[in-house]
Amino acid sequence: MKQFTLLLLISITLFAPLKAQEPEEITIDQLLNRIKQSGDTLYVVNFWATWCAPCVEELPMFESDELLQSEDRIKVLLVSLDFKSQKEKQLLPFLNKNKIGQEVLLLNERNPNEWINKINSEWSGAIPATAVYHQNKQVFHEGEMNLTQLLKLVSGINQ
Amino acid sequence: MRKNLLVLALLISAFALNAQVKVGDKAPDFKLTNTDYKKVALSDYNDQEGVILIFTCNHCPYAKFYEERINLLHKSYAPQKFPVVAINPNDSVKFKTDGFSHMVAKNYKFPYLLDNEGVYKEYGATKTPHVFLLNNTGKGFKVAYIGAIDDSPQEASQVKVKYLEDAIKSVKAGKEASPAITKAIGCSIKPFQ
Repeated sequence: MKQFTLLLLISITLFAPLKAQEPEEITIDQLLNRIKQSGDTLYVVNFWATWCAPCVEELPMFESDELLQSEDRIKVLLVSLDFKSQKEKQLLPFLNKNKIGQEVLLLNERNPNEWINKINSEWSGAIPATAVYHQNKQVFHEGEMNLTQLLKLVSGINQ
Repeated sequence: MRKNLLVLALLISAFALNAQVKVGDKAPDFKLTNTDYKKVALSDYNDQEGVILIFTCNHCPYAKFYEERINLLHKSYAPQKFPVVAINPNDSVKFKTDGFSHMVAKNYKFPYLLDNEGVYKEYGATKTPHVFLLNNTGKGFKVAYIGAIDDSPQEASQVKVKYLEDAIKSVKAGKEASPAITKAIGCSIKPFQ
Protein backbone atom coordinates (compact mmCIF):
# COMPACT_ATOMS: atom_id res chain seq x y z
CA MET A 1 0.00 0.00 0.00
CA LYS A 2 2.79 2.32 1.02
CA GLN A 3 4.56 1.50 -2.18
CA PHE A 4 1.45 2.27 -4.16
CA THR A 5 1.07 5.64 -2.47
CA LEU A 6 4.68 6.43 -3.23
CA LEU A 7 4.17 5.43 -6.85
CA LEU A 8 1.08 7.57 -7.01
CA LEU A 9 2.93 10.53 -5.57
CA ILE A 10 5.75 10.13 -8.03
CA SER A 11 3.42 9.88 -10.97
CA ILE A 12 1.50 12.96 -9.84
CA THR A 13 4.70 14.95 -9.55
CA LEU A 14 5.81 13.67 -12.90
CA PHE A 15 2.64 14.33 -14.81
CA ALA A 16 1.23 17.38 -13.08
CA PRO A 17 3.41 19.90 -14.92
CA LEU A 18 2.32 18.40 -18.24
CA LYS A 19 -1.33 18.84 -17.58
CA ALA A 20 -2.66 22.31 -18.39
CA GLN A 21 -6.20 22.99 -17.33
CA GLU A 22 -8.92 22.06 -19.78
CA PRO A 23 -11.64 24.69 -19.48
CA GLU A 24 -15.13 23.39 -18.95
CA GLU A 25 -17.77 24.74 -21.34
CA ILE A 26 -20.54 26.46 -19.46
CA THR A 27 -23.75 28.36 -20.17
CA ILE A 28 -24.68 31.51 -18.23
CA ASP A 29 -27.45 29.64 -16.39
CA GLN A 30 -25.00 26.93 -15.36
CA LEU A 31 -22.56 29.58 -14.20
CA LEU A 32 -25.19 31.41 -12.16
CA ASN A 33 -26.42 28.15 -10.63
CA ARG A 34 -22.92 27.29 -9.55
CA ILE A 35 -22.51 30.71 -7.92
CA LYS A 36 -25.90 30.38 -6.23
CA GLN A 37 -24.74 27.18 -4.56
CA SER A 38 -21.51 28.75 -3.39
CA GLY A 39 -22.52 29.12 0.26
CA ASP A 40 -20.25 31.61 1.94
CA THR A 41 -17.68 31.80 -0.82
CA LEU A 42 -17.22 35.15 -2.58
CA TYR A 43 -17.01 34.73 -6.35
CA VAL A 44 -15.03 37.03 -8.63
CA VAL A 45 -16.14 36.40 -12.20
CA ASN A 46 -14.09 38.01 -14.93
CA PHE A 47 -15.24 37.97 -18.55
CA TRP A 48 -12.26 38.00 -20.89
CA ALA A 49 -10.85 36.55 -24.11
CA THR A 50 -7.40 35.87 -25.52
CA TRP A 51 -8.20 38.24 -28.41
CA CYS A 52 -8.98 41.11 -26.02
CA ALA A 53 -5.71 42.90 -25.30
CA PRO A 54 -6.86 44.91 -22.27
CA CYS A 55 -8.36 41.71 -20.81
CA VAL A 56 -5.10 39.82 -21.17
CA GLU A 57 -3.26 42.76 -19.62
CA GLU A 58 -5.31 42.60 -16.43
CA LEU A 59 -5.34 38.79 -16.02
CA PRO A 60 -2.34 38.68 -13.64
CA MET A 61 -4.35 40.83 -11.25
CA PHE A 62 -6.94 38.06 -10.95
CA GLU A 63 -4.20 35.63 -9.98
CA SER A 64 -2.51 37.92 -7.48
CA ASP A 65 -2.13 37.19 -3.77
CA GLU A 66 -3.51 40.66 -3.08
CA LEU A 67 -6.85 39.52 -4.50
CA LEU A 68 -6.82 35.87 -3.46
CA GLN A 69 -6.01 36.68 0.15
CA SER A 70 -8.26 39.67 0.43
CA GLU A 71 -11.17 37.49 1.64
CA ASP A 72 -11.51 34.36 3.72
CA ARG A 73 -13.27 32.34 1.07
CA ILE A 74 -12.76 33.65 -2.41
CA LYS A 75 -13.00 31.93 -5.76
CA VAL A 76 -11.96 33.42 -9.08
CA LEU A 77 -13.65 32.26 -12.28
CA LEU A 78 -12.15 33.45 -15.55
CA VAL A 79 -14.96 33.11 -18.07
CA SER A 80 -13.46 33.11 -21.55
CA LEU A 81 -15.42 34.49 -24.49
CA ASP A 82 -13.03 32.87 -26.91
CA PHE A 83 -14.66 31.17 -29.85
CA LYS A 84 -15.24 27.48 -29.39
CA SER A 85 -13.65 26.82 -32.75
CA GLN A 86 -10.47 28.43 -31.40
CA LYS A 87 -10.30 26.42 -28.19
CA GLU A 88 -7.51 24.05 -29.24
CA LYS A 89 -5.61 26.49 -31.39
CA GLN A 90 -5.84 29.62 -29.30
CA LEU A 91 -7.20 29.23 -25.78
CA LEU A 92 -5.39 26.09 -24.55
CA PRO A 93 -1.93 27.19 -25.75
CA PHE A 94 -2.52 30.59 -24.12
CA LEU A 95 -3.44 29.02 -20.76
CA ASN A 96 -0.45 26.74 -21.00
CA LYS A 97 2.01 29.43 -21.94
CA ASN A 98 0.84 31.91 -19.32
CA LYS A 99 0.41 29.23 -16.64
CA ILE A 100 -3.05 30.46 -15.72
CA GLY A 101 -3.75 28.98 -12.30
CA GLN A 102 -7.28 30.19 -11.58
CA GLU A 103 -10.19 28.26 -12.99
CA VAL A 104 -11.00 29.09 -16.60
CA LEU A 105 -14.43 28.39 -18.10
CA LEU A 106 -15.36 28.64 -21.76
CA LEU A 107 -18.68 30.34 -22.36
CA ASN A 108 -21.08 28.26 -24.40
CA GLU A 109 -23.70 30.73 -25.61
CA ARG A 110 -24.92 31.89 -29.01
CA ASN A 111 -26.88 35.13 -28.70
CA PRO A 112 -25.32 37.82 -26.45
CA ASN A 113 -28.61 39.73 -26.36
CA GLU A 114 -30.11 36.84 -24.42
CA TRP A 115 -27.44 36.39 -21.76
CA ILE A 116 -25.69 39.74 -21.12
CA ASN A 117 -28.59 41.05 -19.04
CA LYS A 118 -28.50 37.92 -16.87
CA ILE A 119 -25.13 39.11 -15.59
CA ASN A 120 -26.02 42.78 -15.24
CA SER A 121 -28.52 45.03 -16.99
CA GLU A 122 -25.99 47.88 -16.97
CA TRP A 123 -23.49 45.88 -19.00
CA SER A 124 -23.26 47.10 -22.60
CA GLY A 125 -21.34 43.98 -23.64
CA ALA A 126 -17.82 45.42 -23.78
CA ILE A 127 -15.09 43.28 -22.27
CA PRO A 128 -13.29 43.11 -19.93
CA ALA A 129 -16.11 43.05 -17.41
CA THR A 130 -16.09 41.78 -13.84
CA ALA A 131 -18.89 40.68 -11.53
CA VAL A 132 -18.49 39.90 -7.83
CA TYR A 133 -21.02 37.68 -6.06
CA HIS A 134 -21.44 37.02 -2.36
CA GLN A 135 -24.52 35.26 -1.07
CA ASN A 136 -27.33 37.10 -2.83
CA LYS A 137 -25.46 40.27 -3.60
CA GLN A 138 -23.69 41.34 -6.76
CA VAL A 139 -21.48 44.24 -7.77
CA PHE A 140 -20.37 44.79 -11.33
CA HIS A 141 -17.75 46.71 -13.28
CA GLU A 142 -17.52 47.16 -17.07
CA GLY A 143 -14.10 47.92 -18.50
CA GLU A 144 -10.56 47.68 -17.24
CA MET A 145 -9.56 48.08 -13.63
CA ASN A 146 -6.39 48.42 -11.64
CA LEU A 147 -5.76 46.34 -8.53
CA THR A 148 -6.94 49.09 -6.17
CA GLN A 149 -10.24 49.36 -8.03
CA LEU A 150 -10.67 45.60 -8.06
CA LEU A 151 -10.03 45.28 -4.32
CA LYS A 152 -12.45 48.12 -3.70
CA LEU A 153 -15.09 46.38 -5.83
CA VAL A 154 -14.60 43.14 -3.89
CA SER A 155 -14.63 44.70 -0.44
CA GLY A 156 -17.48 47.00 -1.45
CA ILE A 157 -19.94 44.14 -1.87
CA ASN A 158 -20.48 43.79 1.88
CA GLN A 159 -20.58 47.45 2.76
CA MET B 1 -20.84 60.88 5.72
CA ARG B 2 -17.61 60.19 3.94
CA LYS B 3 -19.00 56.87 2.89
CA ASN B 4 -22.10 58.54 1.52
CA LEU B 5 -19.97 60.90 -0.49
CA LEU B 6 -18.02 57.97 -1.84
CA VAL B 7 -21.20 56.19 -2.83
CA LEU B 8 -22.43 59.38 -4.47
CA ALA B 9 -19.14 59.78 -6.34
CA LEU B 10 -19.33 56.16 -7.48
CA LEU B 11 -22.90 56.63 -8.64
CA ILE B 12 -22.02 59.77 -10.56
CA SER B 13 -19.05 58.10 -12.22
CA ALA B 14 -21.24 55.12 -13.07
CA PHE B 15 -23.72 57.41 -14.75
CA ALA B 16 -21.00 59.35 -16.54
CA LEU B 17 -19.67 56.06 -17.88
CA ASN B 18 -23.05 55.05 -19.18
CA ALA B 19 -24.13 58.45 -20.43
CA GLN B 20 -25.38 57.53 -23.83
CA VAL B 21 -28.03 58.74 -26.18
CA LYS B 22 -31.30 56.98 -25.69
CA VAL B 23 -33.75 55.80 -28.28
CA GLY B 24 -35.83 58.84 -29.23
CA ASP B 25 -33.02 61.31 -28.50
CA LYS B 26 -31.63 63.70 -31.07
CA ALA B 27 -28.57 62.19 -32.75
CA PRO B 28 -25.40 64.17 -31.94
CA ASP B 29 -23.90 65.75 -35.07
CA PHE B 30 -20.35 64.96 -36.16
CA LYS B 31 -17.87 66.03 -38.79
CA LEU B 32 -14.95 63.63 -39.13
CA THR B 33 -12.27 62.75 -41.65
CA ASN B 34 -13.04 59.97 -44.10
CA THR B 35 -10.50 57.61 -45.69
CA ASP B 36 -10.33 59.96 -48.72
CA TYR B 37 -9.26 62.80 -46.36
CA LYS B 38 -12.56 64.61 -46.90
CA LYS B 39 -14.80 65.49 -44.00
CA VAL B 40 -18.15 63.77 -43.62
CA ALA B 41 -20.89 65.21 -41.41
CA LEU B 42 -24.18 63.74 -40.32
CA SER B 43 -25.89 66.75 -41.90
CA ASP B 44 -24.53 65.61 -45.31
CA TYR B 45 -27.23 62.92 -45.06
CA ASN B 46 -30.19 65.24 -44.69
CA ASP B 47 -31.59 63.96 -48.01
CA GLN B 48 -31.61 60.35 -46.75
CA GLU B 49 -34.34 58.61 -44.74
CA GLY B 50 -31.83 57.55 -42.16
CA VAL B 51 -28.29 56.46 -41.41
CA ILE B 52 -26.92 53.16 -40.11
CA LEU B 53 -24.17 54.50 -37.85
CA ILE B 54 -21.72 51.80 -36.77
CA PHE B 55 -18.80 52.29 -34.39
CA THR B 56 -16.37 49.64 -35.50
CA CYS B 57 -12.67 49.02 -35.99
CA ASN B 58 -10.18 46.72 -37.68
CA HIS B 59 -8.53 44.79 -34.85
CA CYS B 60 -11.52 43.41 -32.93
CA PRO B 61 -12.59 39.86 -33.84
CA TYR B 62 -16.25 40.79 -33.35
CA ALA B 63 -15.80 43.69 -35.77
CA LYS B 64 -14.16 41.27 -38.20
CA PHE B 65 -17.08 38.84 -37.90
CA TYR B 66 -19.37 41.62 -39.07
CA GLU B 67 -17.26 43.19 -41.85
CA GLU B 68 -18.92 41.27 -44.63
CA ARG B 69 -22.38 41.68 -43.11
CA ILE B 70 -21.85 45.46 -42.85
CA ASN B 71 -20.85 45.58 -46.53
CA LEU B 72 -24.05 43.73 -47.40
CA LEU B 73 -26.14 46.06 -45.22
CA HIS B 74 -24.82 49.06 -47.13
CA LYS B 75 -25.43 47.33 -50.45
CA SER B 76 -29.04 46.53 -49.53
CA TYR B 77 -30.00 49.66 -47.65
CA ALA B 78 -28.11 52.52 -49.34
CA PRO B 79 -30.53 52.30 -52.31
CA GLN B 80 -33.36 52.41 -49.76
CA LYS B 81 -31.97 55.67 -48.35
CA PHE B 82 -30.45 54.07 -45.23
CA PRO B 83 -26.70 54.08 -46.00
CA VAL B 84 -24.00 52.89 -43.62
CA VAL B 85 -21.57 55.32 -41.99
CA ALA B 86 -18.79 53.63 -40.01
CA ILE B 87 -16.70 55.34 -37.34
CA ASN B 88 -13.47 54.02 -35.88
CA PRO B 89 -12.95 55.44 -32.38
CA ASN B 90 -9.78 53.52 -31.47
CA ASP B 91 -6.29 54.84 -30.92
CA SER B 92 -3.80 53.32 -33.35
CA VAL B 93 -1.04 53.54 -30.75
CA LYS B 94 -2.92 50.93 -28.73
CA PHE B 95 -4.04 48.92 -31.76
CA LYS B 96 -1.75 49.33 -34.74
CA THR B 97 -4.22 47.84 -37.21
CA ASP B 98 -6.80 50.46 -36.24
CA GLY B 99 -4.57 53.15 -37.78
CA PHE B 100 -5.72 55.36 -40.63
CA SER B 101 -3.73 53.57 -43.36
CA HIS B 102 -5.38 50.30 -42.33
CA MET B 103 -8.78 51.99 -42.52
CA VAL B 104 -7.99 53.22 -46.04
CA ALA B 105 -6.94 49.69 -47.02
CA LYS B 106 -10.41 48.35 -46.15
CA ASN B 107 -11.69 50.13 -49.25
CA TYR B 108 -15.24 50.27 -47.96
CA LYS B 109 -18.02 51.53 -50.22
CA PHE B 110 -19.30 53.68 -47.35
CA PRO B 111 -17.54 56.37 -45.29
CA TYR B 112 -15.16 55.00 -42.68
CA LEU B 113 -14.42 57.91 -40.40
CA LEU B 114 -11.62 58.44 -37.94
CA ASP B 115 -12.99 59.59 -34.59
CA ASN B 116 -10.24 61.59 -32.93
CA GLU B 117 -12.77 63.96 -31.41
CA GLY B 118 -14.62 61.68 -29.02
CA VAL B 119 -17.85 61.43 -31.02
CA TYR B 120 -18.20 57.88 -29.64
CA LYS B 121 -18.57 59.45 -26.20
CA GLU B 122 -21.46 61.65 -27.27
CA TYR B 123 -23.26 58.58 -28.50
CA GLY B 124 -22.18 56.51 -25.52
CA ALA B 125 -20.66 53.81 -27.70
CA THR B 126 -18.59 51.54 -25.47
CA LYS B 127 -17.41 48.87 -27.84
CA THR B 128 -16.90 47.80 -31.41
CA PRO B 129 -19.12 47.01 -33.17
CA HIS B 130 -21.87 49.18 -31.67
CA VAL B 131 -24.80 50.21 -33.88
CA PHE B 132 -26.97 53.34 -33.73
CA LEU B 133 -29.82 53.51 -36.24
CA LEU B 134 -30.66 57.13 -36.98
CA ASN B 135 -34.02 58.16 -38.37
CA ASN B 136 -34.34 61.36 -40.37
CA THR B 137 -37.49 62.96 -39.03
CA GLY B 138 -37.25 65.91 -41.41
CA LYS B 139 -36.31 68.04 -38.43
CA GLY B 140 -33.01 66.31 -37.80
CA PHE B 141 -31.90 62.79 -36.97
CA LYS B 142 -33.26 60.84 -34.03
CA VAL B 143 -31.90 57.64 -32.54
CA ALA B 144 -34.28 54.79 -33.43
CA TYR B 145 -32.33 51.73 -32.36
CA ILE B 146 -29.16 50.92 -30.39
CA GLY B 147 -27.24 47.67 -30.16
CA ALA B 148 -26.47 44.58 -32.18
CA ILE B 149 -26.70 43.81 -35.88
CA ASP B 150 -28.15 40.35 -35.33
CA ASP B 151 -28.28 37.46 -32.86
CA SER B 152 -25.35 35.38 -34.07
CA PRO B 153 -22.02 37.22 -34.12
CA GLN B 154 -19.81 34.21 -34.63
CA GLU B 155 -21.76 32.42 -37.35
CA ALA B 156 -23.42 34.51 -40.04
CA SER B 157 -25.11 31.35 -41.30
CA GLN B 158 -26.80 30.79 -37.93
CA VAL B 159 -28.56 34.16 -37.76
CA LYS B 160 -32.18 33.82 -36.73
CA VAL B 161 -33.10 37.40 -35.79
CA LYS B 162 -31.80 40.41 -37.71
CA TYR B 163 -32.33 43.07 -35.03
CA LEU B 164 -30.99 45.98 -37.08
CA GLU B 165 -32.83 45.12 -40.30
CA ASP B 166 -36.05 44.60 -38.34
CA ALA B 167 -35.54 48.05 -36.80
CA ILE B 168 -35.03 49.63 -40.24
CA LYS B 169 -38.22 47.98 -41.48
CA SER B 170 -40.14 49.32 -38.47
CA VAL B 171 -38.80 52.83 -38.97
CA LYS B 172 -39.65 52.71 -42.67
CA ALA B 173 -43.18 51.67 -41.74
CA GLY B 174 -43.40 54.62 -39.35
CA LYS B 175 -43.33 52.35 -36.30
CA GLU B 176 -41.02 52.15 -33.32
CA ALA B 177 -38.30 49.52 -33.39
CA SER B 178 -38.97 46.53 -31.18
CA PRO B 179 -36.67 45.67 -29.56
CA ALA B 180 -35.24 49.19 -29.69
CA ILE B 181 -32.18 48.17 -27.65
CA THR B 182 -30.18 44.97 -27.82
CA LYS B 183 -26.94 43.84 -26.21
CA ALA B 184 -23.85 42.58 -27.99
CA ILE B 185 -20.34 41.56 -27.05
CA GLY B 186 -17.56 43.71 -28.40
CA CYS B 187 -14.08 45.10 -27.78
CA SER B 188 -13.83 48.05 -25.38
CA ILE B 189 -13.14 51.29 -27.21
CA LYS B 190 -9.63 52.59 -26.58
CA PRO B 191 -9.90 56.23 -27.63
CA PHE B 192 -7.37 58.87 -28.61
CA GLN B 193 -6.20 60.73 -25.54
